[in-house]
Amino acid sequence: MTNLTDLTLTGIRDGVAGGDFTATEVAGAFNAAVAEAQEALNAFIVTTPEAALAAAAKVDADRAAGKPLGKLAGVPIGMKDLFATKGVQTTAASKILEGFKPEYESTVSQKLWDAGAGLLGKLNLDQFAMGSSNESSAYGKVTSPWRRPNDTSALAPGGSSGGSSAAVAARIVPAATGTDTGGSIRQPAAFTGISGIKPTYGRCSRWGIVAFASSLDQAGPMAHTVQDCAVMLEAMAGFDAKDATSLDLPVPNWEAALSGDLKGKKVGIPREYRLEGLNAEVAKSWDDGIAWLKDAGAEVVDISLPHSKYALATYYIIAPAEASSNLARYDGVRYGLRDLPDGANLQEMYAATRAAGFGDEVKRRILIGTYVLSAGFYDAYYTQAQKVRTLIARDFEEAFKQVDVILAPTAPTSAFALGEKTNPLDMYLGDVFSVPASLAGLPAMSVPAGLDSQGLPLGLQIIGRPFDEQGVLNAGLAIEQRAGFSAKPTKWW
Amino acid sequence: MSVDTATVAKIASLARIKVTPGDLEAMVPKLNGILAWVEQLGEVDVTGVEPMTAVIPNTLRLREDITNADPLTGGGIRDAVLANAPAAEHGFFGVPKVIE
Amino acid sequence: MSDYRIQGATGEWEVVIGLEVHAQVTSNAKLFSGSATAFGAEPNSQVSLIDAAMPGMLPVPNMECIRQAVRTGIAIGAQINKWSRFDRKNYFYADLPQGYQISQLYHPIVGEGEIEITLDEKNPETSKKVIGVERIHVEQDAGKLMHDQHPTMSYVDLNRSGVALMEIVSRPDMRSPAEAGAYLSKLRSILRYVGSCDGNMDQGSMRADVNVSVRRPGDEFGTRTETKNVNSVRFVMAVVESEAKRQVALIEDGGKVVQETRLYDPDRNETRSMRSKEDAHDYRYFPDPDLLPLVLDDAFVEEARASLPELPDAKRARYEGALGLTAYAAGVLTAEVDTARWFEALLAATATAQNKPEGEVAKQASNWLLSEFFGALNKLGKDLASSPITPEGAGQLLALVGNGTISGSIAKQVLEKMLETGDDAATIVEREGLKQTSDTGAIEAAVATIMANNADKVEQYKAGKEALFGFFVGQTMKAMAGKANPQIVNELVKKALA
Repeated sequence: MTNLTDLTLTGIRDGVAGGDFTATEVAGAFNAAVAEAQEALNAFIVTTPEAALAAAAKVDADRAAGKPLGKLAGVPIGMKDLFATKGVQTTAASKILEGFKPEYESTVSQKLWDAGAGLLGKLNLDQFAMGSSNESSAYGKVTSPWRRPNDTSALAPGGSSGGSSAAVAARIVPAATGTDTGGSIRQPAAFTGISGIKPTYGRCSRWGIVAFASSLDQAGPMAHTVQDCAVMLEAMAGFDAKDATSLDLPVPNWEAALSGDLKGKKVGIPREYRLEGLNAEVAKSWDDGIAWLKDAGAEVVDISLPHSKYALATYYIIAPAEASSNLARYDGVRYGLRDLPDGANLQEMYAATRAAGFGDEVKRRILIGTYVLSAGFYDAYYTQAQKVRTLIARDFEEAFKQVDVILAPTAPTSAFALGEKTNPLDMYLGDVFSVPASLAGLPAMSVPAGLDSQGLPLGLQIIGRPFDEQGVLNAGLAIEQRAGFSAKPTKWW
Repeated sequence: MSVDTATVAKIASLARIKVTPGDLEAMVPKLNGILAWVEQLGEVDVTGVEPMTAVIPNTLRLREDITNADPLTGGGIRDAVLANAPAAEHGFFGVPKVIE
Repeated sequence: MSDYRIQGATGEWEVVIGLEVHAQVTSNAKLFSGSATAFGAEPNSQVSLIDAAMPGMLPVPNMECIRQAVRTGIAIGAQINKWSRFDRKNYFYADLPQGYQISQLYHPIVGEGEIEITLDEKNPETSKKVIGVERIHVEQDAGKLMHDQHPTMSYVDLNRSGVALMEIVSRPDMRSPAEAGAYLSKLRSILRYVGSCDGNMDQGSMRADVNVSVRRPGDEFGTRTETKNVNSVRFVMAVVESEAKRQVALIEDGGKVVQETRLYDPDRNETRSMRSKEDAHDYRYFPDPDLLPLVLDDAFVEEARASLPELPDAKRARYEGALGLTAYAAGVLTAEVDTARWFEALLAATATAQNKPEGEVAKQASNWLLSEFFGALNKLGKDLASSPITPEGAGQLLALVGNGTISGSIAKQVLEKMLETGDDAATIVEREGLKQTSDTGAIEAAVATIMANNADKVEQYKAGKEALFGFFVGQTMKAMAGKANPQIVNELVKKALA
């Protein structure tokens, strides 16, 4: 019998539907894998084996009763601990939400349960999704299942969806949810040799997802294959009247329209992304990608995104500004941590609670955000950044008059070691390729392209037009078919 | 523009984050590093450019004036609202006494 | 035009006033959530996950709140901004769960408008003044703190948190307590006509932040103070007066007015500084990224316009013009929408009962309402809303006067009985035998007796003291127990004196 934990999401779905194995067997296998890996990888903040089994039992019963099965029937998944899950602790990896059990379920997670998925547990992440290495979690770092050959040093799984990427790559979950604000799905996917897609801003409801930067946050799937991503995104996406920024559009059947044939398609290669000093192996993998897409029938076009070099600085004004306000609600009054020193008044309680509850990176971003919005600086920083953001989005608009999708590296390097980056700015620079699409709200995905000379995965990024997740998935599929990426981390845990 | 410890202390107070003098010393260079780096935006010519208002062209949708149609957006759920409160008494949230 | 001056030790001072009025929008649900807005509910029973700012909660605006703001804007002749935005005003307080208030700073939904006030209802033409309104924006109300329930804790009730408010910001165009009072009354009247706010200041549905400064007449504006949350017209006037006097005394003592937030203490009739809120306000306003720009189409604005009722100024003009009422009567009848509604129902009933056009009975109805009915209700400690008599019942009473069944003075008695017993006018007139008589013989006999008993006065009259005519009429009416037809009495007295 096949090892159930090696299966893809679609493999599990089809096997359960076809009666090759039961959903309960699948849930049991993954529950065991989760338990076995937890100490070494720390991918989860909370595990919920009973919830996975209960969902599986329902799928098995439905199947036995001949009832129609959902898109994800029998697929147990990991949920980034940024999604509110009713009755299950939801922390955003912060002490300030320790013990918080929401009385509500996020729209996206509810849709996944409605599609027949089950919850294996809540996945670790950078605190409030702020970070690119998963080191800012208050519940311990996540260790990537990948290692350099003959080297046991712990590597970063990427971030902020690092629990998600590590868990999928380690095959302790077949798929996981992620959220992407400036690259938090794509960069960890690239670091761990899996696929992940951030859809067009507004495709997935933000209702019930702990907010980081509202104008950028988008949920998306992280899984082994492009097809898995398409299936899971179909289940996650859709209009939600509870989110004023939700797109009122039907959800296409992306899986059915998947095609790696790119004849007649034009792929743009942004010349500004070929940074001075670009890592040679990353440059080579980009060239491989160009060759694969040509092979798939696409025409490759040189394009210019002149303002993309300002994207990171723009992002690191807008995202902290929004975060400084979004995180004001964590004040120790209605939920979460309260630190009330003897004799403290209300305002002192706020300051003590927030000092004790937020981690350093979260505090840093709140301070930056507070500063750039403060009197006298607002126009110079925030308004200027929103104007530059308009220019960045306009660059993409112009480019998409010429091309159908854009191909670029996902990240400027492969995974780095935990503890390697101590200067926040160095960490921020790792988002250089992922942030522009976030600022423009565009769909973008990362697919594995191969291994570098250290034996670590590299990802390629495809950016599409607004609403054209299909174009992105198809180009991703064309790469997947040609890259032949089959490497797995060697199990050491 | 760069910040000094007094400015960072003022921002931290606005953001209601208690900081020790040691925290401030550690924060100042990191914040200045970030601020110096975002300064580069000043060089972009934004003449005639409107600030971004919606990344995906879309306008605000309005809701009908109906109460409690959905338990996820309506009231009448006091127990759920108070369930996670560090201090709740007699149907209220409790906070240190405020003298106005 | 106001000559209101503070007499200081060093000369005269002029006071400059602007009002920021917070008016609770009439709606079923809150501005960004589906919880109810009713007054006086159990604590935290009208709180949604959104109002409590649970993690991941998002605001979706209530169309009715937007519509009410647009209707209010149109009612004051203001520019409606078809493109507006919500901004976040960031500050920390226990009544503000999100840590920010969603408001509109940069792009309010309603722009410049104006409100005309009348300072003296008896001389409306010479006492009108136009007060500019700078803007109206829509924002969230905060929750409520209770300080006296526990020795060491304050209690937080979020029922009001997220209720829609309109903030109506005037220009600093007012120059006296009376102008400030008239502006607030007129604004409240308009809001009640429009139906966008119930105007109940005692329930907190409407409250004013009062900006006051003083200057030498004709000088530049002085530094202003803002007295927060003043909740009656009388208190607003008192705040202006006491704050202006305080500032004058301060300046004349060599001090300087500090721009600050103050609170009014009605018991002491003085304002005091709110030092607790002086903590270097920096609200860090920025556009709320959870909400897209609010774009209104022409149809929305036109529907709002078409839904507006006749407003007080138009109604007042119509009462004076088409109905021929005095300016004073028109002013009083239109000042409050409830009065105007009652009057119009009375007018319709009176006209119907007499089968006459409204214009012919308007004066009768207006005079009766203002001079008889208000007084009678007042004596009973009632008002129109609690009146035991309906406009229809009153219309029947007036019809009995109009068709000569009873005289005006008998009508007063009938009204008293109606208020006493709840019976209708016709029943009372019948039961008490109050129909007036047109029996010429009986009246002639009465007139003859009076002439005989007052021969001296008849002489005086004939000698030219014509004012005595009323005396003879009055005596005759008295002799007839008030039930004689006054016209016939007039004729017969005239004939007897000829």
